[in-house]
Amino acid sequence: MQTKQLTFNHRWLPYLLLAPQVIITAIFFLWPAAQAMYQSLLRQDAFGFRTTFVGLDNFTALFADDLYLNALKVTLVFSLGTTLLSMSIALLFAVMVNRMLRSRDLYTTFLVWPYAIAPAIAGVLWWFIFNPSIGILPYLLEMLGINWNHRANGNHAMILVIIAAAWKQISYNFLFFLAGLQSIPQSLIEAAAIDGASRLKRFWTIVFPLLSPITFFLLVVNIVYAMFDTFGVIHATTEGGPAQATNILVYKVYRDGFVSMNLGSSAAQSVILMAIVVVLTVIQFRYIERKVNY
Amino acid sequence: MVENDRWSRMLAHAILILGVALVIFPVYVAIIASTHDGQTFLSGTLPLLPGTQAWQNYTTVIFEGRSRAGTPPIAQMLWNSFIMAMTIALGKIAISLLSAFAIVYFRFPFRMFFFWIIFMTLMLPVEVRIVPTFQVVADLGMLNSFAGLSIPLIASATATFLFRQFFMTIPEEMLEAARMDGAGPLKFFRDILLPLSITNIAALFVIMFIYGWNQYLWPLLITTDPGYYTIVMGIQRMVTGGDSEPLWHLVMATVVIAALPPILVILFMQRLFVKGLTETEK
Amino acid sequence: MSSIRIHNLSKVYADGTHAVKGIDLTIRDGEFIVLVGPSGCGKSTLLRMIAGLETITTGDLYIGEQRVNQLEPAQRDIAMVFQNYALYPHMTVYQNMAYGLKNRGWQKSAIEERVRKTAQMLEIEHHLTRKPKALSGGQRQRVAMGRALVREPAAFLLDEPLSNLDAKLRVQMRVEIKQLQRRLQTTSLYVTHDQLEAMTLGDRLVVLNQGQIEQVGAPLEVYQRPETLFVASFIGSPNMNLIPVQAINHPLNQAALATLPQQTDILGVRPDKLLLQPPTTPHIQFECSMTLFEPAGAESHLYMRLCSDEHNLVMRVESMSELFQQPSFTVYAEIQHLHPFNQSSGKRTDS
Repeated sequence: MQTKQLTFNHRWLPYLLLAPQVIITAIFFLWPAAQAMYQSLLRQDAFGFRTTFVGLDNFTALFADDLYLNALKVTLVFSLGTTLLSMSIALLFAVMVNRMLRSRDLYTTFLVWPYAIAPAIAGVLWWFIFNPSIGILPYLLEMLGINWNHRANGNHAMILVIIAAAWKQISYNFLFFLAGLQSIPQSLIEAAAIDGASRLKRFWTIVFPLLSPITFFLLVVNIVYAMFDTFGVIHATTEGGPAQATNILVYKVYRDGFVSMNLGSSAAQSVILMAIVVVLTVIQFRYIERKVNY
Repeated sequence: MVENDRWSRMLAHAILILGVALVIFPVYVAIIASTHDGQTFLSGTLPLLPGTQAWQNYTTVIFEGRSRAGTPPIAQMLWNSFIMAMTIALGKIAISLLSAFAIVYFRFPFRMFFFWIIFMTLMLPVEVRIVPTFQVVADLGMLNSFAGLSIPLIASATATFLFRQFFMTIPEEMLEAARMDGAGPLKFFRDILLPLSITNIAALFVIMFIYGWNQYLWPLLITTDPGYYTIVMGIQRMVTGGDSEPLWHLVMATVVIAALPPILVILFMQRLFVKGLTETEK
Repeated sequence: MSSIRIHNLSKVYADGTHAVKGIDLTIRDGEFIVLVGPSGCGKSTLLRMIAGLETITTGDLYIGEQRVNQLEPAQRDIAMVFQNYALYPHMTVYQNMAYGLKNRGWQKSAIEERVRKTAQMLEIEHHLTRKPKALSGGQRQRVAMGRALVREPAAFLLDEPLSNLDAKLRVQMRVEIKQLQRRLQTTSLYVTHDQLEAMTLGDRLVVLNQGQIEQVGAPLEVYQRPETLFVASFIGSPNMNLIPVQAINHPLNQAALATLPQQTDILGVRPDKLLLQPPTTPHIQFECSMTLFEPAGAESHLYMRLCSDEHNLVMRVESMSELFQQPSFTVYAEIQHLHPFNQSSGKRTDS
C-alpha cells in the first residue's frame, strides 16, 4: 500500500495518532471477537457454575438443530427478497430519473430521504400500515379476497419485513444506480441508436452491462444490509415470529444470548456470522481493488 | 438525448410520480395517524385525511410521555439521541482523520499491521459479537452512560479509508511546499490538511450523524435506565411495551419526531449527503 | 545569497534505480544555472536533493559554507517554485505568501511589509485577498514566484515553473523571470526539459543525461561546441544532423575527410550550416533527395535523404527552390562548421 513519496520522520507521533482508533478497536472489536471464538468452544451448565471445554460440539449441535437450519433458510429468503425487491425498484427509478433534465433533482430529493429512517422505524411504519384491524393495506387486500394476518401467517410476516427492509434501502440503491447511469458516456448510447437498437434493446445490451460493476457491488452491500442491519426491523415488529417464520440469524444470536442465556451456542452463531461477513467483505474489496487499486 | 419522445417521457413521469407516492406513503400515513385521537383507531380502518388532535398528541409525547408503559417523555430521549449521534459522528471523524494522517504521511514499523487492525472493524459489526461486547462494556462499568453508548461505536474503517483516499489525492507538492515553508507534521495537519478536508468532513458528518441517530441494537443492549433510552429504541418500547394494542396516535407522533432530524439533515445537505454516501462506499 | 557546492552527489532509490550518479558542480553566488535534459535524466531528482525533499544517498551538498545534507528543507534557506505551483487552495494569496514567514516566527507587521513589497514587485498586489482558484494561470505562476521570493532566500529553486502555461505566456514569463533574477541577483537553479528555455535563461547550462553531467557551459558555448553526441543532438532545434563518415566517403570528399581528427566516425552539422551552393572554403558535399518541405514563415525546413545510405537530414532554407524538383541535388557543408564525434565514446574528437 502506498504512502506519499515524501513522509514525515517521527519516532512516536504516528503511534500516538493511531492510538485512539487502535485502542477502541482492540477493546470493543477484537477482544470481544476473540471472546466469541473462545466461548464458542465452551459449554456452561444451566446455572453458570461450571464451564467445560467441548471443542466443536456447539457447532455440530447448531447444524443438527432444526431451529438454526430454519433461521438459515429464513435469512436466505429474507436477504434475497429484500435485495432483489429494493434493487429492481431502485434501478427502475434511476433509469427514469436519468432521462429527466429539469426535474431530475426534484425527483432525487423525493427519493433519497427514506435513507434517513432507522430500520426499526421502517418496521414500525409498515407494521402499522399492515395492521390487520386498522391498517389500510389489509382493508384493500380484503377486497381482493386476501385475509391478511401477519401475526398468524408466516408468509405474510415475511412479506411484511421484506417490504419494510427493502423500502428503506431503495434510496441507497437509487443513488448508486443514478451515479452509475450518469457515468455512462452519452456517445455510447447514441452510437447504439445509430446502429438501430431500440430503447429497450439499448438498455439491455449497452446500459445494463455497463452497470454490472455497480450492480454487483450493490448486491453485496444489500446482502450485508439485509443480514446485519435489519435487526431493528425484526425486533420492533415480528420478533422472529410467527412460529420462527422471520427469525433471521442476527435476531437468533441476540435471543439465544440475551433472552435464553445460551452463551456457548450464541457464541458459535457469532463465529459463523463473522465468517459470513469476512467472506462478503473480501468479495466486496476484491471488486473495489479492481476498480480503485488499494 | 436520443429520441426522447413525448409519450415515453410522460410514461416515465407517471412511473416516477407513482414511485414517489409509494415511497412517501408510509410516512404520510404516520403523519395522518398522529393527528387523530385514540378513539379513531378503535373504530376500524384509519382515515386518510388529517384529524384535529395534532397539537395535543405531540405535546403529550414530548412533555408527558406514557407513564404506564414506562417510557419517559421523549424530550429526554431526543436529547439522548442527539448527544449519541453527535458524539459518534464527531468521534469517528476525529479519530479517523488522525489515523489516516498517520497512515498516509508517515512511514513507521508495523504500519501495515495497524492498517489491517483498522480494516478488521469492517468485518466485525456489533451484530455478530453481541454478547461478548456487552460483557466488555459491562466490565468497564459503561452500561447506562453516554460513554458506553458512543465510544464503542466510533472506531471506523470506512471513515479512515475515505480520508486516506482523499489524502492520497492531495498533490505531493502540497506537503513539499509546506515543508519548505517550515511546517512540521502537526502544523501541516492543522493548517493544510484539515482545511482541505472540510467538504469531506461535512459529508462524512451527515452520514455518521444518521448512523448514530439510527442506532438500535446497541442502545437496546446497554441501556436499562430509561434516562438513557434513545428515541429509536424508545419507539419499540412503546409498540411492544404494553399488553394492549399500542396507542397508535402517540406512537406515530413519536415516529414522526424521531425520523425528522435525520430527514432534515439529508434534505438540507443533500449534496454533501450524496457525496458522503457514494464516496465512503467506494 | 550564497553559492551551492555539490560534491560527488548520488541518489539510489529503494528499488535500485540509480537516478543521479556522482555529480560535481559548483554554482557561484548570484548565478542562474539551468539543469536541462530529457525526462528521466535525473534533473528533478538533483533539484529535489538540493531542496531537501529527497535524501542524499552519497556525496556532499554545501549551501554557502554549511554542509546541509541532514538539514530539513525549511532550514536550508532555499525557496522553491513547483511545476504545478502547489499553492495552498484554501488560503488567500496573502496567506500563501505569509505562511512561511509566519512559521518562522516573524512579527505580523514585518510579514505584512515584506508580502506587500514582494507583491508589488510581481504586480500581484491587487490579488492579495483572492484565493488561487480565482486567478488565471499566469497570475498563479506569479504567486508561486512570490511565495518563494518573499523569504529572500539564499537560493531559488525552480522546477519546470513554466510548463503549465500556454506558449505565449510562457515566453512572456521567461523574460520576466530572467529580468527578476538579474535584478535580485539570487543564486538560482532552474530545471527544464525545454532546450529553448534553457538557452535563453541560463548564465550556464548543465546538460544532464542518465543521471550524469554531459556538459556544463554558457548557452552559446554549449550550442557552438557540444562536447558529446548527446548534447549535440539535444541542444538546438531542429536537431543537429549527425552523418556517419562512411556514408559520404567518396572521392570528392577524400581531401576534406583527411583533415578530420583520428577516430572521427560521425560528423555533426547544424541545419543552418548546410548549403546549396559550393562554398570557397574547404568543404564536404553529398547527394540528397527531398522527402518533405515544411514552410514555417521566416524560414523553412527541408527534410531530405542521403542518396548513399538513406540517412535522414534536415536543412534550414529561405524558400522553396526549383532545385528540389530534381530527383537529387547536391548539399555542401564547410569543414569549419563540422563537429567531429566518435560513435563509441560519444565524445568530440577534436578536443
